[in-house]
Amino acid sequence: MIRLEHISFSYGDRPVLRDLNLDLPDQGIVGLAGPSGCGKTTLLRLLAGLERPQAGSILGLAPEETAILFQENRLLPWRRAEQQITDVLPPSRRGEAARWLRLVELEGEEHTLPAALSGGMGRRLALARCLALDARYLLLDEPFAGVDPARAVRILDRLRALGRPILMAGHEEGLLAKTDRVLRLSPEGPVWTG
Amino acid sequence: MTTSTMARSKRLPKCAELLLPPAFWLGVWQLFAFLVDRHVQGRGNELLLPYPITVARALVRLAGSGTFWVTAAASLGRILLGLAAGTGLGVLLAWAVYRSPWADRLLSPALRVIRATPVASFILLVLLWTGKNAVPAIISGLMVLPVVWANLVRGLGETDPKLLELARAYRFSRWKTARLIYLPSLRPYFLSAVTTALGLAWKSGVAAEVLCIPRAAIGTRIYESKLYLEIPDLFAWTAVVVALSLLLEGVLRRVLARWKGGRVE
Repeated sequence: MIRLEHISFSYGDRPVLRDLNLDLPDQGIVGLAGPSGCGKTTLLRLLAGLERPQAGSILGLAPEETAILFQENRLLPWRRAEQQITDVLPPSRRGEAARWLRLVELEGEEHTLPAALSGGMGRRLALARCLALDARYLLLDEPFAGVDPARAVRILDRLRALGRPILMAGHEEGLLAKTDRVLRLSPEGPVWTG
Repeated sequence: MTTSTMARSKRLPKCAELLLPPAFWLGVWQLFAFLVDRHVQGRGNELLLPYPITVARALVRLAGSGTFWVTAAASLGRILLGLAAGTGLGVLLAWAVYRSPWADRLLSPALRVIRATPVASFILLVLLWTGKNAVPAIISGLMVLPVVWANLVRGLGETDPKLLELARAYRFSRWKTARLIYLPSLRPYFLSAVTTALGLAWKSGVAAEVLCIPRAAIGTRIYESKLYLEIPDLFAWTAVVVALSLLLEGVLRRVLARWKGGRVE
């Protein structure tokens, strides 16, 4: 179990999370929902150690154990699809690139540069790179933005088969329904559904 | 006919595109030399503006002697040394300024002073402090340094912070961050800096040679041409400088064009 105790965070004088207390399961896929600006991305960034909470603490998860998929693809414009994956792999695991590209249905695009990929393809490549990091806990910020729904469901099933705990922010109710539980953030506080 | 095919049909053959501009300027040169010839009596052409063919003959005559190649190689060596030292130091200082606000506070005014100081002052000062043979390389390096520094500081400042955050989040080593993010981001700034600096290195280096007169140097030959009023030789040596500068620029562009995606492919 990952425990968030009395977490508060604000950007300048705009509070985003106020005294958040939460227990996150250490297995399965958790959907993270809520209106824009409610703190979904901030929560993922706090768990990844990219932001420090102004108050409170996170127990049971070190930033080194996480891999975050950013809200933007952040692909290196000068690296081909396969290289984007091998760049994050240690030399002994370079051969795995094809496996991760296959998982996100990008086989055949190994030598394509990001500029030549469609929005959805770029998103899937960024997801593949994040998965290749082999972290214990995955923090995915809108992993299926721009991906067609049928393909997104297929990829989500494959993510489940990996057996790694996932916290996945998103707006698509259809995809959120496929997760094990959904955490909805709102100004009134977090609410669990599912 | 579409716009693109119309544009294509209007295009000249590649060799014509390459040869027409120099042919035009040679024509302009020939015309002015002719006008000078008409208006100045006696040795007007030899003393003020020789014909292109006279300069070409002077160039062939000079190239026939062994000292020509030694002189050109010596100047090329000095300029390359100055360029390499100025570029190396420029890269180091740019990185220091990027990483440390204190380095920025200390170094930035000094580099601005170097940029604003007249090159002639530097040449005379360095001549006083060192031997005349070292001056051209040092002056070239000094002129190159602020150009490389300023371009790279701008390039480093404009490196995408989101990619740098990605490198941190994905635990890239320093070397990997440099190879995959900084180097490709800096490539256009470096290319622009080095090509600008190359022209400056030649101009300032040859100016230093003219003032310091080292034994084997294009600048020394230019100085002697002026002294003995051998104006076609002055033009010929200037043409050698231009040709060497363009050649070096071409080589650098070729090398940097292969430097893609953080590694030479």
